[in-house]
Amino acid sequence: MVLSARLRSAVALAGRYPVLAGADLDVRAGEVLVVRGPNGAGKTSLLRVLAGLLPLSSGEAEVLGLDPSADARSLRPLVGLLGHKNGLYDELTTEQNVRFVARAARRDVDVVPAALERLGFGQRLRQAPAGKLSAGQRRRLALACVLAKGPLLWLLDEPHAGLDAEHRELLDGLLREVAADGCSVVLASHEHRATAVLADRVVNMAGGVVLDGVLPLGLSRGSQGDPVGGGPVQAGPVQAGPVEAGPVEAGPVQAGVGEAQSVA
Amino acid sequence: MWRDAALVAGKDLRIEGRAKVAVNQVAPYALVVLLLFGFAFDQDKPLLVQAAPGLYWMAVLFSGLLAVQRSFSLESADAAMDALRLSRLEPAGVFLGKVAAVAAQLLLLEVLLALGVVVLFQSRLSGAALLAASAAVSTAGVAAAGVVYGALCTGLRARETLLPLLLAPVLAPVVLAATEAWRSALGLSRGDGWHWLALLGCFAAVYLAGGAVGFGALMEET
Repeated sequence: MVLSARLRSAVALAGRYPVLAGADLDVRAGEVLVVRGPNGAGKTSLLRVLAGLLPLSSGEAEVLGLDPSADARSLRPLVGLLGHKNGLYDELTTEQNVRFVARAARRDVDVVPAALERLGFGQRLRQAPAGKLSAGQRRRLALACVLAKGPLLWLLDEPHAGLDAEHRELLDGLLREVAADGCSVVLASHEHRATAVLADRVVNMAGGVVLDGVLPLGLSRGSQGDPVGGGPVQAGPVQAGPVEAGPVEAGPVQAGVGEAQSVA
Repeated sequence: MWRDAALVAGKDLRIEGRAKVAVNQVAPYALVVLLLFGFAFDQDKPLLVQAAPGLYWMAVLFSGLLAVQRSFSLESADAAMDALRLSRLEPAGVFLGKVAAVAAQLLLLEVLLALGVVVLFQSRLSGAALLAASAAVSTAGVAAAGVVYGALCTGLRARETLLPLLLAPVLAPVVLAATEAWRSALGLSRGDGWHWLALLGCFAAVYLAGGAVGFGALMEET
């Protein structure tokens, strides 16, 4: 089975409160996994654990072949996280924000115009300070930053929030592209309708536990017929994940826009 | 590491250049502080001249607190610190970049305040080499310690009030040594100012080295 991430009995604490209370989850390479659940279910904490930002207090975790607690410094550059906040600098222009992220990811700044164009930023908006953008534009800019970083694992928390219909479609198209290129997308959302068309698989969370997150043994994207958890399966070519029969290998990202490859 | 430091410093200074918080708020505040010191000692001009170096460095300290707070509010306002943690930037590079940006702002502020001291307190600047050297080394120390404690306070709920509470006592040796170095340079005391400069250098070296080594752990706590 080709897995980008695997959690078993994962427990994570915020202070003394268990925000993850024994979560089990498999994330296949090249799939769009939607995580649903009520407020406080632990969706955001799950994403932060997968990003290596929230250490586990017990349980097992492997993300892109790395232990997110022990190898957090190695894992984080391979992950793109869009949280509730956008992580932007208001005084920098749209282009400067993306350029900073690209340079901080050791990527060629040539990816910057392509990322901005892919997220629908024309020439005029590229010179606008991020602080002057609307909520939806800021969300798109944050997504452009993730795209410019070129991660292998996309972790998106309510990415559709604030986007109009046109840009929701644009985002869905982008996520299908990155999944087709072998990247995995884990998307936490309340918006069932918006994410239903996008999801390869849907899992639910409640009380810090993923209710249906583990794949049956031997089930991989190439062999499955039906989605696990009730989500629709996307048609289209299946890109092989970075590593078969085990966790993927981490390494410097060589991705162009919407492309990501793993290099050992 | 140096490349990362240049990237972070460039980003912070570009933001500051556009927001102009240092120019429009911190610098006027520092001058007002200097003016208030002047009012407090108005009846005693000789005492004001004697105390000018100490008052100057107190004004630098107060301004430094604001500059450090501003430097970390940039990262916490929209959770940009998470983006830094998820990047390939070396923590030591982030630390040195932030120190460089804060120090650059403080140096400009110190030039402005020096002019203020000359105009308001009628001090005569002399001993330029010692003045400049002690100002440069003190600035490095204030910026380095400020960035360490700024990072320490970033994730805390009462960070705005906690930072001055923690940082001001830590910077007491800098204020003391810089004041004495300047008093010596200005001919207000007979002590050897270069000895005080050595103390300032030790302080700056400890915080620069400690910060560069430990900043990764501090970023984890934010």
